[in-house]
Amino acid sequence: MGHLDLDREDPGSLQASAPRRTEGIRAAGLTKSFKAPQGIVRAVRGIDLTIPIGQTMALLGPNGAGKSTTIDMMLGLSAPDAGSVSVLGGTPQEAVDAGLVSAMLQAGALIRDVNVRELVGMVAALYPRPMAVGDVLELVGIADLGARRTQKLSGGQTQRVRLAVALVADPQLLILDEPTVAMDVEGRHGFWAAMRAFTARGRTVIFATHYLEEADDNADRIVLMAHGQIVADGAPTEIKARVGRRTIRATLVDVAPERLRDLPGVAAVDRHGDTVSLNCTDSDAAIRALLGAYPAAHHIEIAGAGLEEAFLELTGDEDVPAVGEAA
Amino acid sequence: MIAFAYTRFEFVRMFRNPRFLIFSIGFPLILFFAIAAPNRNVRSFNGSGISFPLYYMVGLAAFGTMAGMIATGARIANERTTGWTRQLRITPLSTRAYFRAKILTAYVTALLTIALLYLAGVSLGVSMPARDWLEMTGLILIALLPFAALGIFLGHLVTTDSMGPAIGGGTSLFAFLGGTWFPLGSHGFLHDLGQLLPSYWLVQAAHLAVGGHPWHAMAWAVIAVWTAVLSVGAAFAYRRDTKRV
Repeated sequence: MGHLDLDREDPGSLQASAPRRTEGIRAAGLTKSFKAPQGIVRAVRGIDLTIPIGQTMALLGPNGAGKSTTIDMMLGLSAPDAGSVSVLGGTPQEAVDAGLVSAMLQAGALIRDVNVRELVGMVAALYPRPMAVGDVLELVGIADLGARRTQKLSGGQTQRVRLAVALVADPQLLILDEPTVAMDVEGRHGFWAAMRAFTARGRTVIFATHYLEEADDNADRIVLMAHGQIVADGAPTEIKARVGRRTIRATLVDVAPERLRDLPGVAAVDRHGDTVSLNCTDSDAAIRALLGAYPAAHHIEIAGAGLEEAFLELTGDEDVPAVGEAA
Repeated sequence: MIAFAYTRFEFVRMFRNPRFLIFSIGFPLILFFAIAAPNRNVRSFNGSGISFPLYYMVGLAAFGTMAGMIATGARIANERTTGWTRQLRITPLSTRAYFRAKILTAYVTALLTIALLYLAGVSLGVSMPARDWLEMTGLILIALLPFAALGIFLGHLVTTDSMGPAIGGGTSLFAFLGGTWFPLGSHGFLHDLGQLLPSYWLVQAAHLAVGGHPWHAMAWAVIAVWTAVLSVGAAFAYRRDTKRV
């Protein structure tokens, strides 16, 4: 996976003092709690994680899993209560100061009264080796919006400008916190196309999401978080097999549930009146077999299991309530 | 280079925000004309020997610049709410460069307010020796230092919702107790209290040309202490202000 991009020597940056960087991020025992109106929220409870340079990693989890809090600590925006995190061989703040890291934080507005080109251009000027502003706008598909005032952009356009603000740094490590949350389907496609162009350059990317599909399509590795802990960590195919179950619902009379359970790809069967629900590990195989054996099945729906349900299954019914993603 | 890019950006934004300009620069000017124009021919305000327009020109220069400095906080609070401040924190822009840009833009606004009020004053017949204009301006700019720090302090401490009351209350209190609206006299509780406030010396600086107390050691000490304390407060508020708001 991508070459290790260590050939860019920034005089005066970290490199002089830091050991040779082979790790993008190393977190050990990372822990963080907040005071909230509901009481103490233990947002992150002991995370150990090593992310090699060049990897694209998805931090997948439902709201309140602790993704944003973890990201804040990786960026030096908040200090862990316990444990530590190093970024590209130094502290998060060192990496930020050296211009090695940039991020698109969770949904937010842009600053007003400037146009897109001015905004992205100012941010570019803060970094030692920025990309050309025109190239970045082109990359994220807003080359025609350079002269537009930031307060006159649509939601999807705003997200792209926010991505441009993060990308223009041309960082070694890019962190995206639920980057597509305000986008429609088309916007998402455009967004990830732009991201792939970026990751093709061998950069390390971490993105938080609560869409399994998004993680599956765009990451080399998925780290699954729930209740402030890592509950699974592996290749997308592994994770998908664990949480990516689908349900087939159909109207089908006079067939015993036991016989449906014997169909390939089916893990469990429920019947409510004339409606059957098949919980499937492989819904493609199951639907073929179902229609082959029982052509009378109709009103068929296939739905992906919600992540929340998948997490409940995976983590067991945990003691802890998921209090909102820490304000 | 970095600092320059960000400072220029701040200037561009400020001058494109008509509301901010109207309230910071326009408001003192309108107030001045409203108060002074009808009385432009009063050559001796309350028998003081000071012309009416001169008295209010310097008074509103003190008040308008002080209010403008503190109002920087509203801009900062707004930037925090949009998440922009957090975004800026994860760039290599240093805290020092960030503060410098904020303070510089605030000072340019203050200078504009002062310049326009001077012009307005001259249009109503105010005249002073060049030396007085300069000395007064210099002392006003120095006396604004604690208010620049106060603006940043409030901006990083208070949320957008409570910013209005914080700014309005803070400005009114400092203005009232500093003797902006009426002279505090030369003794008594209000006078003694006023002397400990930076706004008192700001007003005195502005009134220098019209017979105010010149700055002695205490004035410099009061300004220095307030500047130091509020700067530490501002730096502290900025450091702890990393949460999502």
